[in-house]
Amino acid sequence: MKIHEYQAKAILAKFGVPVPRGEVVFNKDEARAAAQRLGTPVVVVKAQIHAGGRGKAGGVKLAKSADEAAAHAERILGMQLVTPQTGPEGRIVRRLLIEEGLDIKRELYLSILVDRAVSAPVFMASTAGGMEIEEVAKDNPEAILRETIHPATGLLPFQARKLAFGLGLAPEVVNAAVQFLQSLYRAFMETDASLVEINPCVVTGDGRLVALDAKVTFDDNALYRHPEFKDLRDLEEETPLEVEASKFKLNYIKLDGTVGCMVNGAGLAMATMDIIKLSGGSPANFLDVGGGASEEQVKNAFRILLSDPNVKAVFVNIFGGILRCDVLASGVVNAAKELKFKVPVVVRMEGTNVEKGQEILCNSGFNFTIAKGMKDGAQKAVALAEGAR
Amino acid sequence: MSVLIDQNTRVVVQGITGREGSFHAQQMLDYDTKVIAGVTPGKGGTKHLGVPVFNTVAEAVAKTGANASIVFVPPPFAADAILEAVDANLPLVICITEGVPVLDMVRVAAAMKDSKTRLIGPNCPGVISPGKCKMGIMPASIHKQGNVGVVSRSGTLTYEAVGQLTELGIGQSTCIGIGGDPIIGTSFLDSIRLFNDDPDTHAIVMIGEIGGNAEEVAAEFIKKHVKKPVVGFIAGQTAPPGRRMGHAGAIISGGHGTAIEKYKAMRAAGIHTIQSPADIGETIARVMRDSKSKSSAKPKAAAKKKSSGKSPKRGRR
Repeated sequence: MKIHEYQAKAILAKFGVPVPRGEVVFNKDEARAAAQRLGTPVVVVKAQIHAGGRGKAGGVKLAKSADEAAAHAERILGMQLVTPQTGPEGRIVRRLLIEEGLDIKRELYLSILVDRAVSAPVFMASTAGGMEIEEVAKDNPEAILRETIHPATGLLPFQARKLAFGLGLAPEVVNAAVQFLQSLYRAFMETDASLVEINPCVVTGDGRLVALDAKVTFDDNALYRHPEFKDLRDLEEETPLEVEASKFKLNYIKLDGTVGCMVNGAGLAMATMDIIKLSGGSPANFLDVGGGASEEQVKNAFRILLSDPNVKAVFVNIFGGILRCDVLASGVVNAAKELKFKVPVVVRMEGTNVEKGQEILCNSGFNFTIAKGMKDGAQKAVALAEGAR
Repeated sequence: MSVLIDQNTRVVVQGITGREGSFHAQQMLDYDTKVIAGVTPGKGGTKHLGVPVFNTVAEAVAKTGANASIVFVPPPFAADAILEAVDANLPLVICITEGVPVLDMVRVAAAMKDSKTRLIGPNCPGVISPGKCKMGIMPASIHKQGNVGVVSRSGTLTYEAVGQLTELGIGQSTCIGIGGDPIIGTSFLDSIRLFNDDPDTHAIVMIGEIGGNAEEVAAEFIKKHVKKPVVGFIAGQTAPPGRRMGHAGAIISGGHGTAIEKYKAMRAAGIHTIQSPADIGETIARVMRDSKSKSSAKPKAAAKKKSSGKSPKRGRR
């Protein structure tokens, strides 16, 4: 689960990570008031969206007065911010973070994530703060310092010192840096984060280390033990259909093609998208109905994928294991009755109770196209989607 | 032969009285898998599906001689269940559970570092050696005993591959679902090693997906050490970057873990890569035919020397 910068900073502050003073605001008057309360010569107005690259896109502005902050706020709020991470459609800015301006001497990069190769958290640091770490990794990989952390010991002081000295921090700030890094690691572990990224972490003129930006992403699988994070979810940052799908525990990701897909299992769902593309079409979505989908879930899945107006044909590709083909077939038929399908539906089923499932589809009175194998199914669905256009 | 499990595997089911555990334990029994014990804390001394239930894995192992465990407990308790099986010195633990927190698996991985236990999963369909033993949730009927090893990060996509093989009359030695999570006990590399050392596995199907670099690591090993033909497919060629495609581990992040990268590594290793998931069965049939005719036509040493690697569709022999 992604959260906003201001939410991430509030969480990190609880773990003792120094962050700038700031407030979240939703309109220009609040922005003016917040700037006045901060009282610093310069305040920063920062667009809050779930994507990076905001500065270059015009979503971050400096203001030298409360009025200027209000003026920036008015301009940025409601803006369609397009950054390399948002895709061409961009994101509408609905919240701003008003922060104190700092006297910045150096910008550093810090992050913690789980390194799949060693099955452990790894702390990454670089002096190239403010830059995309992927770019640094590509052009100058030795500039990235790495410390693998044993979960039993946590980030040890010597590891934090290695990072701090490696970043070229002055001896008098190293102790503060060690505390900073260890606090960050504690926050990562105790919130079940999958990523904590401080880019940049700045060294101020008076020698303090401050998290100028913060990105925290939580492990969805661990949210059950953090009920306090539930309210941090911002549904407006998510695609409405994906929000709807998540209510029914359906894994749906909207894409921009015309062939809607309904598949059981993530791997097969991805492979189905691939084969639609190979057959000359383009998938409208990724949709995994899961291993043990019920008729009700199948119906909801249809409702969601059909509410995408781009969908011209649907390809149902099910390899029944736990999910029996007859259950799937009944779900499809009920969905067709209730939702009054207007687009052609191609069904490919294999596995448990496949004959029974096919019988249900054939006797339903609906004109489903039955496919033999996933290649046949994909080709038929693509042809139908083309024909409908 | 087969790898990991066979007719001598004696299985304890952790979470046998739960809905999932109960259903699949019965399916495994129906496949004549030797399910000889179950574990549900607090239900020790009872019987379930005719199988004795114990309070702890240690007790189950001591009383029944179980030598493998399959875990069906819910995500919050899965890490503990795995480590309980490790503590009981079982050589093999298969964790089916989906949704285990990543940091739980970090701790499990650290705790298992020097153990003798091999973990498969979590978030996997399990392992089957057709005709001998099934430890998992895969539909048994699509499998057929034979000589192709299948390893995959996915569940239903593995069934798809196996279905295609069986349809063509090609049987499987063992099918290993290694799981779709970022941290898993047994990697592609580990599985390929096992298949490479198994005399009854004549060809290997490797089904990867976007995210991580486990496929690349395995490809490197295959390039150096594997003479058996390998057919490879990567799911997610059309997946958008930065999105988790169902599996927690299936995500292209920072431009890494793409299907393109993985295919490139696989081709460089002489793996027979295929773009369409519908071609898995036919490709295996073809490469097995080719390798048979070549190995019978040429002495082995000569075949070994010749390594192509240039053409993506050609293997090493």
